[in-house]
Amino acid sequence: MPAPDGDGSAGEGGAQDLSQESIEGHVAAALRAVGAAGDLDELKQARLAHAGDRSPLALANRAIGGLPGSEKAAAGKLVGQARGKVNQALAARQVELEAERDERILVDEAMDLTVAPGRRPLGRRHVLTVTAERMADAMVGMGWEIAEGPQVEAEWFNFDALNFDKDHPARQMQDTFFVDPAKAGLVLRTHTSPVQARSLIERGVPLYVAVPGKTFRTDELDATHTPVFHQLEGLAIDEGLTMAHLKGTLDRLAEGMFGPGIVSRLRPAYFPFTEPSAEMDFRCFVCRGVATDPACRTCGGTGWIEWGGCGMVNQNVLRACGVDPDRYQGFAFGMGVERTAMFRHGIADMREMIEGDVRFNAQFGMEI
Amino acid sequence: MRVPVDWLGEYVALPEGVTGEQIAADLVAVGLEEEGLHTSGVGGPLVVGRVLELTPEEQKNGKTINWCQVDVGDSNGTGEPQGIVCGAHNFAVGDLVAVILPGGTLTTPQGPLTISARKTYGHISAGMICSVRELGIGEDHDRILVLPRLLPAEVVAGLSPGDDLIRVLGLDRETVEVNVTPDRGYCFSIRGIAREYSHSTGAAFTDPASLPVDPGVGEGYAVRLADDAPLEGVPGCDRYLARIVRGIDLTRTTPEWMARRLTEAGMRPIGLAVDVTNYVMLALGQPLHAFDLDTLTGPIVVRRTRPGERLTTLDDVDRALDPEDLLITDGGERILALAGVMGGEDGEVTPGQTTDVLIEAAHFDARTVGRTARRHRLSSEAAKRFERGVDPDVTAAAAQLAVDLLVEHGGGTADPAIADVDQRADRPAIDLDLTMATRYVGVNYSFDRVRALLTLIGCEVVDTQDPQRVSVLPPSWRPDLTDAPTLVEEVARVDGYDKIPSVVPRAVGGRGLTHAQRSRRAVATALAGQGLQEVLTYPFVGADRFDELGLPEDDPHRRTTRLANPLSDEAPLLRTALLQTLPEAVLRNVSRGSRDVALFEIDTVTQPAGELQAPVPGVGELPSDEVLAEIRAAVPAQPWHVAVMAAGQADRAGWWGRGRPVDVVDVVGWAHAVADALGVPVERRQAERAPFHPGRCVELVLADGTRVGWAGELHPQVVQRLGLPARTSAAELDLDVLVAASDHRTQVAPLSTHPLATSDVSLEVPRGVRYGDVEESLRAGAGELLEAIELFDVYTGDQVSQDRHSLAFRMHFRAPDRTLTTTEVNTARDAAVARASQDHGAVQR
Ligand SMILES: [Zn+2]
Repeated sequence: MPAPDGDGSAGEGGAQDLSQESIEGHVAAALRAVGAAGDLDELKQARLAHAGDRSPLALANRAIGGLPGSEKAAAGKLVGQARGKVNQALAARQVELEAERDERILVDEAMDLTVAPGRRPLGRRHVLTVTAERMADAMVGMGWEIAEGPQVEAEWFNFDALNFDKDHPARQMQDTFFVDPAKAGLVLRTHTSPVQARSLIERGVPLYVAVPGKTFRTDELDATHTPVFHQLEGLAIDEGLTMAHLKGTLDRLAEGMFGPGIVSRLRPAYFPFTEPSAEMDFRCFVCRGVATDPACRTCGGTGWIEWGGCGMVNQNVLRACGVDPDRYQGFAFGMGVERTAMFRHGIADMREMIEGDVRFNAQFGMEI
Repeated sequence: MRVPVDWLGEYVALPEGVTGEQIAADLVAVGLEEEGLHTSGVGGPLVVGRVLELTPEEQKNGKTINWCQVDVGDSNGTGEPQGIVCGAHNFAVGDLVAVILPGGTLTTPQGPLTISARKTYGHISAGMICSVRELGIGEDHDRILVLPRLLPAEVVAGLSPGDDLIRVLGLDRETVEVNVTPDRGYCFSIRGIAREYSHSTGAAFTDPASLPVDPGVGEGYAVRLADDAPLEGVPGCDRYLARIVRGIDLTRTTPEWMARRLTEAGMRPIGLAVDVTNYVMLALGQPLHAFDLDTLTGPIVVRRTRPGERLTTLDDVDRALDPEDLLITDGGERILALAGVMGGEDGEVTPGQTTDVLIEAAHFDARTVGRTARRHRLSSEAAKRFERGVDPDVTAAAAQLAVDLLVEHGGGTADPAIADVDQRADRPAIDLDLTMATRYVGVNYSFDRVRALLTLIGCEVVDTQDPQRVSVLPPSWRPDLTDAPTLVEEVARVDGYDKIPSVVPRAVGGRGLTHAQRSRRAVATALAGQGLQEVLTYPFVGADRFDELGLPEDDPHRRTTRLANPLSDEAPLLRTALLQTLPEAVLRNVSRGSRDVALFEIDTVTQPAGELQAPVPGVGELPSDEVLAEIRAAVPAQPWHVAVMAAGQADRAGWWGRGRPVDVVDVVGWAHAVADALGVPVERRQAERAPFHPGRCVELVLADGTRVGWAGELHPQVVQRLGLPARTSAAELDLDVLVAASDHRTQVAPLSTHPLATSDVSLEVPRGVRYGDVEESLRAGAGELLEAIELFDVYTGDQVSQDRHSLAFRMHFRAPDRTLTTTEVNTARDAAVARASQDHGAVQR
């Protein structure tokens, strides 16, 4: 620890030299000590030695009282200025050393965070639920509402209300899970279409509803089939709705799911609950149907990708739901959520979506 | 339906050089979706070669190969003989053979093979001398195709080395396979497909059913239609035509062209009689049946089944018949066939024995045939067609075609007499408003256009007094045209769906997602934000799962819904809780190496109340309110649930420090996160309930006591039985309860900005007293000034007696309108302690 410099130091009891040389010598010694302080501890020692109660300048200050009155003023001014100079230097050095210390702490505290993924990784939503929500949102954007219905459904709602005659081959082709006993009249819904009937009966017309939901068929699980899958159903019943409105709605939904300019195409088909009926394809979003790529792996070079079924709601369905088919008409469509997600994300194997492997989810963000 | 292109071309004018691919595309446009395109798999150059030299060379392995020089004319570009190594020996110098040159392709069991010149057995072999099997025209692998042994002499005479063989051997033949929707039975025939192709392209259609039909002289074989129990008022058979051909030799082989068409259409040639009936069915869509006339003893009687009757069908299954089954009988007694579905052993033709044949061409009711086929699980080609509707007008032509073919190729003579019992009802005409197509489709069709399109598909369009309305009689082959919208579809379809414009409708305007829908999204997002992964598990379980979860016998979760036809007999039940199916997802992740796994699922579960039955009142009519109520009531309750299941580490270990295993507090926290996400206050009650650890389970309830669900650590035995990781924890909540409780607009209380005063108390209480109960008493005693309270330490040890422990609570006080004084705070705190003392014998330390 450096001792106060200079030869002007003296014990409290000693006589004080209040000469200008002596005072300036104290100041010079103090400034040297302040300048030499390398850290805040050393500065603290310098402060004690040169500005503390027992420092030469403090003692000199105290000695002023013992001077004759005529000398007091001059000595007071001399010592006061000297102390001021020393305090100023101390304060300035304090700021410097604190800044140095703060900087050093930051350096010392530095951490290598290049491997620090966080203690708790974020979870994820499932791609199918998010896809279904995205589809539903596209419909809500068109002014539609979202309806829901039960998975274990009355046979009447699943089939008869939708004009599936009990002897019609189409009813047998649905590969239905039946609830035991058969007389219970219940099935696992084979499509989201029973919610059409429920909505019509419960809400009446005009009606614009979309129905996302889980559906069931007795298919064994493989790369392209699953006994439990998801559909999005759309139903619009109003005055004056046509197949052109159906196509417009599908085009808008296709754009919502696959990007601007992706439109739909209708092909004749058959479903008991629509007449006329159509299969809908959407324009391949990879090759966009440009003939330059006959080898497009997404669409097989056809330029179109199958999406689902649709059509004008069969008058028998309207009758079964208490709607006057001479006044109201409209359209319905349904497509697979799995298929939509598979095409959007290049999922080749259906099983990856249903196994619940957390590594599958981790590939997606919370919004897809 | 498989459609051989050359067969199709016989009924409709195909453009020169049209490919199967183009035909498939044209059929798609009218609603016949492409299922596949079948080709020979052989691609040229495949040419005639003459063997000039053949040098056998024995190899070290003992095998002898032939080094051949083959004249392939100019087809190889040089005119020089082609050097080819061949392993087969059934040909000789001078033979005409089929040579595939480099660049040609064959289809092997391993896939397509492109031929190239390659070094083998010390020679450059530039091509292959083909065997019949390599070309897909026979099974005999080793034998080289020597052309004169396969082709007629006059064809061979016209061949010289280098000539193309693809066409000569029929290897350019293509078969288009299309999917026929269940309303278009008539498209299960080449006739129907040809007609559709004509609609799609405008190509000229020649109806194969318009062949000269013998007028019929005399009575014909006795036939009686005796259906005394029609289904839904429709007789099982409304037309039965029988023709007889005598003196046929059924041992004669089916002509090669017919066998090939049958094969290409997907049917196996069996023998002349069966092949002819199948051929006619494929051509015209009319299923036929051939009976051995000599075995018949009485008239053909078509009737329903009598009680107790059985029949062994041709597939060798002895079947108990149903009263609804329609039968073809010999004299009303001996059963010959299930009408329109399958024959029995009696009356069948036997090649080498049968000489006189009775051909049945009948029209059976779709409903009757469909029910019988389904009842007996017999989906024959005949049933498939009758079930979807067969043209009742094609009967006579079909019988005629069969008779002609049998006479031509079996050498018999047809009886001039024809039995034709025709009891068909008139087809009803459909009243059509000519503006309807435009109103439905959104394309402006003129009245003339509508008339023309309907006429094109075979309808008779008759004017009425109203110029806007016509009466439309659909063609006989279109039983699916039953009302005006079905006619509208025909107009749109034949005019082209591609003409339909795209117009976004103006919906009436929705109110956005419902509160429940938004709530479920919020819960899912909150849980994912807490680090959980959303999964979707199958809802199928077995009863053993309830045992594994340790559910008591009377647990309501055991009351479940059973499937009549489950995918697996091990899992025939529907889950009543999501925790019943989440274990598989946890286990799958663990087995794949993801040991830190926190999953959640949001879905409905099935909770049946009792043995209700849902009526099934049928199509086209709104049931009465009572019936609708009955239907709705029979559908089991299916509340939305959310469940979580977690094991492994909650916090990751790393260079920053140790990890932290997931525990029951995490799970309770997640359960709270669900409630908090919806802004619903829930309370916890210590609970004992399967499948949870009896000492580590909490029930969550709303303020009014309504149960929300449970959270806890799984019972160690459950963990062990399911093979789950130790300390797996889980929770399951009823989302519907939470959603209902959250369905109100939260009203805010003003926030006080006055300072917070904090006071800690340590209370000794007996061990059995729940923390939550002590906290509740403190809360109640402290009054309105208490803003928050937390239990921050629990102490047991030397400082307190053995049967007690010390709970340290921190209480935060604040007033809305002033700074609290120390006296006020102390008073409130003392009141809280007094209440805890009074309620639980708590002693302040
Ligand atoms: Zn593409």
